[in-house]
Amino acid sequence: MATPTAGVAAAVADAHRREWAFVLAATVRVTRDLDVAEECVQEAFAAALTDWATGGVPARPGAWLTTAARRRALNVLRHAGVERRHLPLLVEDRVDGGVAPSLVDDAHGYPDDRLRLVATCCHPALDRPAQVALTLRLVCGLTTPEVARAFLVPTATMAARITRAKKKIAVARIPYRVPPPAELPERVDAVLAVVHLLFTTGHTAPAGEELVRRDLVERSVELARMLRRLLPHDPAVAGLLALLLLTDARRETRTGPDGRLLLLEEQDRARWDRPAIAEGVALVREALRGRPPSRYALQAAIAAVHAESPSWDDTDWAEIVALYGVLTQVWPSPVVALNRAVAVGFARGAAAGLAALDELAGEPQLAGYGYLPAARADLLRRLGRVGEAREAYGEALLLTENAAERAFLDARLRALG
Amino acid sequence: MTKYLVLIYEDEARYASATPEVFGQISQEHTDWMASVEKTGAKLLGGEALEPTPTATTVRGGEVTDGPFVETKEALGGYYLLDAPDLDTALAAARTVPARFGGVEVRPVMTFD
Repeated sequence: MATPTAGVAAAVADAHRREWAFVLAATVRVTRDLDVAEECVQEAFAAALTDWATGGVPARPGAWLTTAARRRALNVLRHAGVERRHLPLLVEDRVDGGVAPSLVDDAHGYPDDRLRLVATCCHPALDRPAQVALTLRLVCGLTTPEVARAFLVPTATMAARITRAKKKIAVARIPYRVPPPAELPERVDAVLAVVHLLFTTGHTAPAGEELVRRDLVERSVELARMLRRLLPHDPAVAGLLALLLLTDARRETRTGPDGRLLLLEEQDRARWDRPAIAEGVALVREALRGRPPSRYALQAAIAAVHAESPSWDDTDWAEIVALYGVLTQVWPSPVVALNRAVAVGFARGAAAGLAALDELAGEPQLAGYGYLPAARADLLRRLGRVGEAREAYGEALLLTENAAERAFLDARLRALG
Repeated sequence: MTKYLVLIYEDEARYASATPEVFGQISQEHTDWMASVEKTGAKLLGGEALEPTPTATTVRGGEVTDGPFVETKEALGGYYLLDAPDLDTALAAARTVPARFGGVEVRPVMTFD
């Protein structure tokens, strides 16, 4: 048996990132069982390590892996028969179609199987944590311990969550298919929400030593890119990808060399990822054509204003306040109203910002949300109301467990003297 | 095909205070729903309405007590049994079940091979 070289291992790792969802989706078509399909795909990747070492890396790794996984699947089905099944088979796609023509892949005459896979993972009959876990596991190919690590829960907890979700898909017969046109927008919304949640979890990790969980951020950007390829005409998809690219373009500048959190106004804009910003800005233009524009398109437009502003002092705060105004209509949320109040604080002064913020004081959804006292503390500090600012920073500190955020709040508190 | 039980949970107090007109409307809604449910692709196998929970008797460990198994604001008040090819079809039917004072829960019926 040939030992895989570093080159082969890298090629397999690369194929794993790029092709996992495609290979698994194509294999589920044969097995109609997620667990059997997963096993076969894992075996195919393991076989690639040795086979590619002797035979060379194939020109189309995805096709090679699909063939290998499907061949294993057929063997499993032939030899094991029905007795190994614990769960009912997945519901097959109904042949009557009922799929929007724009989704049909010209080369195959049916929608890309990955869309079916991700639509199933994000079915509304599954709760959001289950949707997220299944998406990471089945669409991104993360192992259960990796998914558990991503959400800082014990592996056993995550394994139970994934098992329960898979069992529900099989037993309640959640159909393994692309939703019909009438249900598609709702399902795409759920998929986008899952990808966005992955990104925000990675962008500012809720706990732990590092501000950014690079792995989660990168996975979510890859997922958004995949959705963009699968649904090229959906403005909400364009909006989400734009939002992720524009936000992540600032990644390298969000913390200082000592790990300290840097505010937008302190960040070195020369180090922002310009190609990502250019791509994001082009996508925003397209995304804003949606009627009404999606919340992602509007959030991306706000990120674009920052990304294109040459400096903090040049920021077009009036434009940002206006965009938040539209966003509040499309997506009424106290968190959006909080961000709008912060923008008002820059557009019209700290007193106006504080007035807008104080309107939100009674919002039950913001109780326990650390950014509210943090934003309030900053406005009070700018108004010279030191005592109240100190109190608000203290309150914010009680509400975050992220080390970089805590250090930032501590520094601000100490600077008040 | 899978059987799904659609459990209708509603606020009994709202029924208790409903006018005869409202009762009439709700009854008509159920009649209409039963007549049209098969358009969703689900087949109606059966269904009943239940008398309210003050008529319920609970037996647990051989001990008989007055009242429902669990006291809740929204109580089980009836059910439909459907046959459907998948959950989406069952949900499409369940979405239209009249339940103005509450909602419905959809459960697959267990099969034994």
